Amino acid sequence: MATRYRISFPHIIFIHTRCDQRGSVVLCEMGLSGVRLQPLCVRSLSLTASQNATLESPPARADSTFKVTMVPGDGVGPELMTAVKEVFKSGDVPVEFEEFHLSEVQNMASEEKLNEVLTSMKNNRVAIKGKIHTPMEYKGELASYEMRLRRKLDLFANVVHVNSLPGYSTRHNNLDLVIIREQTEGEYSSLEHESVSGVVECLKIITREKSRRIAKFAFDYATKKGRSKVTAVHKANIMKLGDGLFLQSCAEVAELYPKIKYENIIIDNCCMQLVQNPYQFDVLVMPNLYGNIIDNLAAGLVGGAGVVPGESYSAEYAVFETGARHPFAQAVGRNIANPTAMLLSAANMLRHLNLEYHSNMVSEAVKRVIKQGKVRTADLGGYATSVEFTRAVISNLSA
Amino acid sequence: VSRIKCQIIFYCICFAFQMQTVTIIPGDGIGPEISTSVIKIFEAAKVPIQWEERNVTAIKGPGGKWMIPPEAKESMDKSKIGLKGPLKTPIAAGHPSMNLLLRKTFDLYANVRPCVSIEGYKTPYTDVDLVTIRENTEGEYSGIEHVIVDGVVQSIKLITEEASRRIAEYAFEYARNNQRNSVTAVHKANIMRMSDGLFLRKCREVAENFKDVKFTEMYLDTVCLNMVQDPTQFDVLVMPNLYGDILSDLCAGLIGGLGVTPSGNIGANGVAIFESVHGTAPDIAGMDLANPTALLLSAVMMLRHMGLHGHAKKIETACFDTIRDKKVLTKDLGGNSKCSEFTAEICRRVQDLD
Repeated sequence: MATRYRISFPHIIFIHTRCDQRGSVVLCEMGLSGVRLQPLCVRSLSLTASQNATLESPPARADSTFKVTMVPGDGVGPELMTAVKEVFKSGDVPVEFEEFHLSEVQNMASEEKLNEVLTSMKNNRVAIKGKIHTPMEYKGELASYEMRLRRKLDLFANVVHVNSLPGYSTRHNNLDLVIIREQTEGEYSSLEHESVSGVVECLKIITREKSRRIAKFAFDYATKKGRSKVTAVHKANIMKLGDGLFLQSCAEVAELYPKIKYENIIIDNCCMQLVQNPYQFDVLVMPNLYGNIIDNLAAGLVGGAGVVPGESYSAEYAVFETGARHPFAQAVGRNIANPTAMLLSAANMLRHLNLEYHSNMVSEAVKRVIKQGKVRTADLGGYATSVEFTRAVISNLSA
Repeated sequence: VSRIKCQIIFYCICFAFQMQTVTIIPGDGIGPEISTSVIKIFEAAKVPIQWEERNVTAIKGPGGKWMIPPEAKESMDKSKIGLKGPLKTPIAAGHPSMNLLLRKTFDLYANVRPCVSIEGYKTPYTDVDLVTIRENTEGEYSGIEHVIVDGVVQSIKLITEEASRRIAEYAFEYARNNQRNSVTAVHKANIMRMSDGLFLRKCREVAENFKDVKFTEMYLDTVCLNMVQDPTQFDVLVMPNLYGDILSDLCAGLIGGLGVTPSGNIGANGVAIFESVHGTAPDIAGMDLANPTALLLSAVMMLRHMGLHGHAKKIETACFDTIRDKKVLTKDLGGNSKCSEFTAEICRRVQDLD
């Protein structure tokens, strides 16, 4: 009798799959809180090995659908989420979405709503979200809802994997960069005050603890994915104490990983090198604001905000979104947004949930459509609408 | 009426033929070589400029404060225009960087960097033609930092109404004087709502007085995203210190790097110092391998600032023609000529254009 357990995924865990005596596949998790045995699915082992289910065939389902929090956000977020839902439905993906419409610009935000979203995310542990736009005028609190969400869940690491899309050529092809950005402190502290009328101070906070944490995350990520070099991006020649502390923390953590090469580069030189020779970089780690700049720059190098997926991690939760976060309000209702980034991010989410088969199905379908080049949205130089693109992905799902 | 016209023309000619003094600061490393190149080219173009060479290595003044030598300060105050080569940043010399000292002494509040694609020097980006104007005195580089408790550091970003208004006014005036169509304010007022909000408000207010120039505002991340995809959509960009530093280097990268990018610093009281922003390149200093293009284009910017448009056009055309021809190029541009040969070629073209 299989009992359904909620599966939690600390971001750095070791997973072993074992068969116990009854022949059920069991997930043995050695996470931060010790070893846990959790039944994944039950399938009796047949006597002849050749008849055994291969990795390609769909696993037994209907026992566990994963619940994932969905926050569509503003701008084209809802349209992109519709695309994800349609693709998931056609692909029979065992994921159920719990939707929350949290929006500052559309006056759908309040403390209660934020708490609802937080509770749901704490239960489900995995979320997919669009960009919650921050209006420039503020009423009372300087921190936007998106920043508060990040802080409350302690989503400290933002990972954007910038990959050139096969079949779509830009000025720089075959790029493969990973950008890791510290997301909770730095320039986005929202601590500002007007000391005298006309003189405003904004505080940038850098702490050793968080710098070490993001550096360790970066090196662990590099080790796990087999990357060879980590470059820290900073401006310590000007902000000697602040970025100096960040740099020092990175150097300290680098000593614990002798197999991975460690370098550092100043932010303005980094931007210049990215447009002249981006191939020299592998994994980049940096504080908040520089991360924002370089995320967008690198996204632009491979095709724009519509093609790069991104994810945010905390020790307990994972949130999947696009790499370059823009609400793209000009495209609302015009059916021109490119769902690629959101679909690829959804595929990453499926991989995180260990639904490897479905993850590959979705990402292969998206890449196939782009490679074929017949159906492309406006940002990639085509004439298709978002709906047409989604339909093309759906038709490529089963192939 | 015609007599008055003749008189006016006469005075104009007299004024034009008057020799203007310019303070030149050769700098370190390859600085002296490229300064000599520029002086030679200017002589060949018969530019009415008298050069005054000065050194700005910091000395300790009375009261123990580091300052630039008084002769240098005097010369700059008199001539109001300066041309500077690359300066070495001292690591353990005890005194702050020379660039910082110059900025503080002459209140150089605006850093202007025009980025124009150079025909003949191929980069993946063509048709770049934009100007970045960066506020140079405050913002994130105020230098106010402190350790609150061990392991927690606070850096203060300062935005004042006065400085924001001043840079916005300069940006619009520059746009008007150089026939540019639009000014875009780059900010992050959705995150730093008060500080960048103040900067943006001031830009909007100043834009009201310059109705002939189009004003737009764009988030920094959107600018970065669009800049690497299509740089032709930007014209004049105005922004606070840190964003300006990053974006101006990004734009320099689009056209080929710091070796070919001119730059100018505008100060209060009409002072203007034009400089090359690359490093001192100590590994090739003294070997006649340096590329004087950055300093030369900065000097051309200087001529335009002084009103000598004819000479500016001549020298610029000669320089671009030399690069486009690709026959005599320095090593970093892809050729293997010496600095002196490159200079001689440009001099020859300048004289041919006469």
